[in-house]
Amino acid sequence: MRPGTIALLTVIGAGFVLGGCSSIQPWVKPYERDRLAEPIMSFDRNPVSGAYLDHVFEAREGARGASGSAGGGCGCN
Amino acid sequence: MCRRNSRNLLLSGLSLLCILASPALEAGVLPPDRADYLHHFYDGGGIEINGPSLLVRKSIGENVSVTGSYYVDTISSASIDVVTTGASPDGYKEERKQWGGGVDYLHGDTTMSVGYSSSNENDYEAKSLNFSISQDVFGGLTTISMGYGSGADKVSKRGDPVFSDTVDRSAYRLGLTQILTRNLIVGFSYEAIADEGYLNNPYRRVRYVDANEPQGYGLQSEVYPRTHASNAAAIRAKYHLAYDAALSAEYRFYTDDWGIEAHTLSVGYAQPFRTRWLFDLQYRFYTQTGADFYSDLFPYANYQNYLARDKELSTFQSQGPHLGVTYTFLDRQGDRPLKATVNAFIDYYMFTYDDFRDLRVNTVVGDEPLYDFDAQIYQIFFSLWF
Repeated sequence: MRPGTIALLTVIGAGFVLGGCSSIQPWVKPYERDRLAEPIMSFDRNPVSGAYLDHVFEAREGARGASGSAGGGCGCN
Repeated sequence: MCRRNSRNLLLSGLSLLCILASPALEAGVLPPDRADYLHHFYDGGGIEINGPSLLVRKSIGENVSVTGSYYVDTISSASIDVVTTGASPDGYKEERKQWGGGVDYLHGDTTMSVGYSSSNENDYEAKSLNFSISQDVFGGLTTISMGYGSGADKVSKRGDPVFSDTVDRSAYRLGLTQILTRNLIVGFSYEAIADEGYLNNPYRRVRYVDANEPQGYGLQSEVYPRTHASNAAAIRAKYHLAYDAALSAEYRFYTDDWGIEAHTLSVGYAQPFRTRWLFDLQYRFYTQTGADFYSDLFPYANYQNYLARDKELSTFQSQGPHLGVTYTFLDRQGDRPLKATVNAFIDYYMFTYDDFRDLRVNTVVGDEPLYDFDAQIYQIFFSLWF
């Protein structure tokens, strides 16, 4: 299956999942996210360093993509 | 040519996108203004690379944040390929410069980002353009994101003014970050990348059995397919312990149409100490299978349509620890907060190859010892939030 097709199907699937869950209420209230907002809980606390290390590994390993924190942020602000 | 650097120029763009977009993925709030200056040093496998990396992010008004970045690799080396098969003319000494810029636009809980990156070597040029959009849902418990990147590379070859070729690259990205409990956050990311064009290193050569040669083998240029499609999916988690510390874990699965399958696993621990210190400890393990058209020693010349002896396409494992120390030397509160840190990171990494042999040892062809090497990676950087 072509990567573009997989990406498209995943987008559509994510839409269905999120649409079907619209009635779910947040179970961790904003005032309960103080620990999640701490720097040590960030997926990408040092973006320049993280990008550099990703580059080092990508240059010496066959795998690529889905590295670092490209997947998303904290959502805790 | 720093082929892997060049081959991954879109990935460099993606790294830039990480810089540009990831903070922005905290939808609903633009990332804070900051400036980073990092100097990096790499020493491993006969290769030494160092250079600066800069990033500045500044908001304009309440809805726009712009970034600018600059990165340099200064490479001087005699890698195993250069020493044994003459993979690069007159040794290997070059410089790669990359700069980028981007804009994040916040609208409600939606952040839209665009980033541009350009990289230049003396025999390789690459440009990439990346877009992403992210959205907070479930009252900020979930952040979903998607992105697209497009790259165009121009390949040339030192000593051959006639040679010229191109590479077109596309990347599709999806991300999901989910708060599960007040102490646990997880992230999922998926990325598909498709390349088309001249994908191999014009200098690297494969070897084949040739009894007429004094060393018992002959050399010919690599030949790669002109297309490469890959899929990677990763899941990562952070858990805040009962005391002031955090555990992290990450796993990535990778597969492509060249026959490579790879697994990456890392675990980490972050421990603040008093108010100004922060210590990071991490261990990363990586393993991959080789490409279908890779061989350390082909039976004869032109054995098959595609030929590769790039050790990054072989079967191997790499692993090592990461240690980081951060010291906050300025932390001003008030109407105009200011924070500054100095950071020192060290990685020690070991590469062991299952089917890539060390041709520096003269013995029966095909019986040379398997190659391995260690690499030390140092980073020193300053970060300023203003």
